Amino acid sequence: MAMNVVVCVKQIPDPAAPSSLDPGTKTLNRSGKLILDDSDSYGVEMALQLAGNVEGSEVTLVSMAPGGEVSGLRTALAMGAARAILVSDDSLAGSDALSTAKVLAAAIRRAEPDLVIAATESTDGYTGTLPVQVAELLGLPSVTFAKSVATDGRNLKVERQTEAGYDEVECPLPAVVTVTAGVVEPRYPSFKGIMAAKSKPVETLTVSDLGLDASQVGWAGARQEITDVSEAEARSAGEVVVDEGDGAERIVAFLEQVKVV
Amino acid sequence: MDLSLSEPELDLVAICRDFAQREIAVRAAAAWEEARCPTDLLRQMGELGLLGILVPEEWGGIGMSTVGFVAAMEEIGRADQSVAAAWQAHVTIGSLPLCLFGDDAQRERWLRPLAEGRALGAFGLTEPEAGSDARGIRTTAKRRDGGWLINGRKAFISNAGTDMSFGVTLLARVDPLEEEEPRFASFVVEKDTPGFTMGPKLRGIGWRGLDTRELYFDDVWVPHDHLVGDPGMGLSQFLRTLEVGRISIAALSLSLTQAVLDLAIDYARQRVQFGKPISKFQAVQFKLADIATELEAARWLTYRAAYLRDAGRPFRKEAAMAKLKASRVATWAASEAVQIHGGVGYMLETPVARFYCDSKVLEIGEGTNEIQHLVIARTLGC
Repeated sequence: MAMNVVVCVKQIPDPAAPSSLDPGTKTLNRSGKLILDDSDSYGVEMALQLAGNVEGSEVTLVSMAPGGEVSGLRTALAMGAARAILVSDDSLAGSDALSTAKVLAAAIRRAEPDLVIAATESTDGYTGTLPVQVAELLGLPSVTFAKSVATDGRNLKVERQTEAGYDEVECPLPAVVTVTAGVVEPRYPSFKGIMAAKSKPVETLTVSDLGLDASQVGWAGARQEITDVSEAEARSAGEVVVDEGDGAERIVAFLEQVKVV
Repeated sequence: MDLSLSEPELDLVAICRDFAQREIAVRAAAAWEEARCPTDLLRQMGELGLLGILVPEEWGGIGMSTVGFVAAMEEIGRADQSVAAAWQAHVTIGSLPLCLFGDDAQRERWLRPLAEGRALGAFGLTEPEAGSDARGIRTTAKRRDGGWLINGRKAFISNAGTDMSFGVTLLARVDPLEEEEPRFASFVVEKDTPGFTMGPKLRGIGWRGLDTRELYFDDVWVPHDHLVGDPGMGLSQFLRTLEVGRISIAALSLSLTQAVLDLAIDYARQRVQFGKPISKFQAVQFKLADIATELEAARWLTYRAAYLRDAGRPFRKEAAMAKLKASRVATWAASEAVQIHGGVGYMLETPVARFYCDSKVLEIGEGTNEIQHLVIARTLGC
């Protein structure tokens, strides 16, 4: 049975480049070029593999980003997704996780998904709450921390990572599933994929296009406020131990102290 | 004069940089020890479209410009010269004879799998007694039973003996050995053809991951449809079409020079002697400045040769000059970079030592530098 798989993807400032906080809002400065969050590449790959198994299935990306940013979406389109929906609106600045979930849920609904895939958390915000909020808003079951995903088009079979091992979970579609890094190995976009991605459709929507009110999102709608930020503790220089014939014992003592052995 | 890359060329460079750094460079040290052609990486490069880089889309390639190929080579070669060497042999001499001289049936049968990255291409020209003197090849092909009977031996043939190899396109004389003006033709010999055998993988100073062997042909019979091109076309005309291989070796040389320059700069800034980093001493600074300058000179010779080929203009002299200059710069720069590293740079655990070993062959392969001198001298009217 052909499936419409939606993947939530976030476009984030390049983690390899120096980042900064806006001193006024204490949020991450997102003014430069954004890239596909690496943790979302696993979801995109998983979606492509599930869709690739069934003739006629397609992968749609859904993203929210400032300034009509599509750089990260193009990367995911180059991997093989068919189309993207981007929500971009000045009124979205300052959105907390719940506001973002409302926006994404509204956009996802338009795509009429059989399955929604997201990463467990983003690499810039790390709240890890958005996918389940989206599921709740859509009234769909959610399965988190999948290390393996399979479907017959009607039901979802997930191996859900736990501390001790994994749970086997089944639920009916449509559903929301979050995937861990390592669920599958993301492909590199091919040259032909990158060329094809340039002409794939990206539908850009505003808040009002989604039937939402600007007062529900952004700074206006946020129920969460960042009151303070502080510098992370600088990495200390470490301790230099000079081997005076007792090097091995000192190492063992250290490992015992940190309870590794 | 606009020397900037086009958008597709930049996209290609980004693909190559990402893949080279994330997949190839991290394995370079282990690959050196393994000394085996990393066909898993080549297959992955095939999926990215890189194995069909110079082949038109119609035949499964991506139809990239020569300039784009040079820029891509700069990224791949910086990560590992063996992978880059196998790649360039595949895309130039391994694929181009089929691409340029094959008929459509031959292109569909042999070129498409090469371009799509499902097989690795090899070309057999050199023989034990015919290197620079290509006309001296003794491998013969005689008409027999509606096909051709091939006998002879090829030396230093890359890419023919891997688990991804489909066989070889080889050059043979179609007239008897005693004929003074013999005609030559190329033939596809697929692996497992009776009478086609090969020696063990040869061990070079460098290019340890490149699969290079001797190939033996003892009464190898192939059907007539394995003849590629027209035996009436002169040998030099045939070989001239493969001159992009010289641009390719020049590009490989650029990548090596850039790699050793980067390594030498890194090392010089870290290494403290007499109380300061050695990058603060003029003796080291001047070496680095010289390498950087010579690299730029070689780079623009190479890109110009590539540009001329893309523009459909003659590039024979420029390709020879690029290959001559870039390979000389590479061997010299590798030696200087090792010198800057001192004793550490002599040890094979360091990347600079491996690049040093990889450098010498650049002055030998794809036409020795002596042959490049001859080619250039002829264009000067000598």
